[in-house]
Amino acid sequence: MMSLVTSRSRAAIIAVFLGALAAFPLFGQEFYTELVTRVMILSIFAISLDLLVGYTGLVSFGHAAWFGMGGYVFALLGTKYQLTDSLWLTLPAAMLVTAAAAFLVGLFVLRTRGMFFIMVTLAFAQIFYFFFHDIKALGGSSDGMNLRGKPDTRIGGWVPFELTDPNTLYYFVLVLMAALLLAMALLLRSPLGRALQGIRENEHRMEAIGFPVFRYKLAAFTIAGAFGGLAGYLFAVLNGSVNPEMLSWHQSADVLLMLILGGMGQLWGGPIGAFTFVLLQELLSSYSKLWHLWLGIAIVLIVLFLPGGMFSLFDRVKRLRQGRAA
Amino acid sequence: MDLALILIQTLNAVQYGLLLFLVASGLTLIFGVMGVINLAHGSFYMMGAYLAFTLTALTGNLLLAIVIGVVLSAVLGALLEWALFSHLYRRNHLQQVLLTYGLILIFEELRSVLVGNEVYSVKVPDWLNFSVPLGSVMTYPAYRLFMSGVCLVLALGLYLLIERTLVGARIRAGSSNRGMVQLLGINIDWLYRLVFALGVALAAFAGMLNAPASSVSPGMGTQVLIVSFVVVIVGGIGSVWGALLASLLVAFADTFGKVFVPDYAGIAIYVVMAAILLWRPEGLFKS
Repeated sequence: MMSLVTSRSRAAIIAVFLGALAAFPLFGQEFYTELVTRVMILSIFAISLDLLVGYTGLVSFGHAAWFGMGGYVFALLGTKYQLTDSLWLTLPAAMLVTAAAAFLVGLFVLRTRGMFFIMVTLAFAQIFYFFFHDIKALGGSSDGMNLRGKPDTRIGGWVPFELTDPNTLYYFVLVLMAALLLAMALLLRSPLGRALQGIRENEHRMEAIGFPVFRYKLAAFTIAGAFGGLAGYLFAVLNGSVNPEMLSWHQSADVLLMLILGGMGQLWGGPIGAFTFVLLQELLSSYSKLWHLWLGIAIVLIVLFLPGGMFSLFDRVKRLRQGRAA
Repeated sequence: MDLALILIQTLNAVQYGLLLFLVASGLTLIFGVMGVINLAHGSFYMMGAYLAFTLTALTGNLLLAIVIGVVLSAVLGALLEWALFSHLYRRNHLQQVLLTYGLILIFEELRSVLVGNEVYSVKVPDWLNFSVPLGSVMTYPAYRLFMSGVCLVLALGLYLLIERTLVGARIRAGSSNRGMVQLLGINIDWLYRLVFALGVALAAFAGMLNAPASSVSPGMGTQVLIVSFVVVIVGGIGSVWGALLASLLVAFADTFGKVFVPDYAGIAIYVVMAAILLWRPEGLFKS
């Protein structure tokens, strides 16, 4: 899918969806407002990974590194070193730091391909996991850190909004998610976006016709890192805490799962996947203490019988119907 | 730092490196021959440790427990290959990663249901429960020397199997050209099943052998898996020789990292990995 809006009906669906999200806190209880805030944050996380996996064909298994790092930048600046709590400083800082780290890591990992890339990204994410698990100056501890508060939104003496209010935080995240979706739609139409999708289809051909493939991939890796950092920042703000598990490889696997569930290389794949994943998690864990077991079995069955993800189910049904009609 | 301590740490590093090799060689073989990335490999290691604990408690004999455990693991490996992995050979890496991640979740939850989440220990057999004097003041546990010896014998056996036997020749041929091997009338399905069972048995064996030397704990599978990944990355995917060299390299970095820079010990092996990748992006021995 090349653009956000390819038809009038699609535009209508998107408008209804965003409208429903915008109206949601007006009816819901605080618990559900928080739940949907979490889903939207995970959507941002999944969209950022989709730029790599879905659009550039780079299966990163270490995306949680940027997620955790983004959260820790806020925790370190605000709580641990008490330099600033300002939203206007800490949020750009989180994105800049994760972008810089992703750039550096990208220099290493993008020299590898395929299977190697999967394992090397996992290994590099593990380095950062150890940073925040072991190094005291970085708040290292297996328990993580409780934040001293939400980001401060003051500009001079003026307070445009208060993130301590769950509804305000909800809308703040919603606006960011919508902005990211729009930015992605524009990016994918831009020369960079087209080049990335070309790389996904055939890297060698792109190289042969003169594209600086490595630089393009590095750009994608850096951008994805920055938005992964944004998601982690918001996640930390929502939870009021950070811990090394944000960087664990389970987190990296979970976000990959979301993409698979929602559909890779599709603008709305991230949000749909995040929503499905959280819903599944809530449902399974409310029915059974063994929800990991059921999740594991579900994954195995999906891979074996539905290799194209949940969305291929619709296609299959469609094809089956058409086959009968013909 | 005195010489005796260096000697002891060197022995520790060699022992850890050889143990790591048993796990990583299975991982690299399964990838090299079948092209499958197996995230659940660490779970087989963990399963081995828990089998050692359970079977030793039942039989009262560690060696007997290991023999039974190895057979059970190999059978389980062959069954898993038949039921799940054989469907993955032509799939993309992402699907392999996902399915084997699903397996990890299943293994972890089953372990927590069947044996619980406590940390267990397994007793060293009486006849190995003594220390060997090293020089005049230091001693070294005999069981650790025994482990090194067993791992060394297995490493040698693996080398002979792959380089000197007909089965090994077929495995090597299968890794470079599946179609050709099939055309020659060799039953590639059973060859793969054999390699897979061997990989699982090696990982489980490593877990069983190590159980008396350290504790048996829930997180052990993940830990060893990620270190094995580093070994495979450093050694070069599919290369058994690379795996041996890289296992020792990683083990030395880890062991001496803990001595010299204890705060950063967790990172030492990744620094080695990054340095090697800068130099050779496809590992030491690209296959």
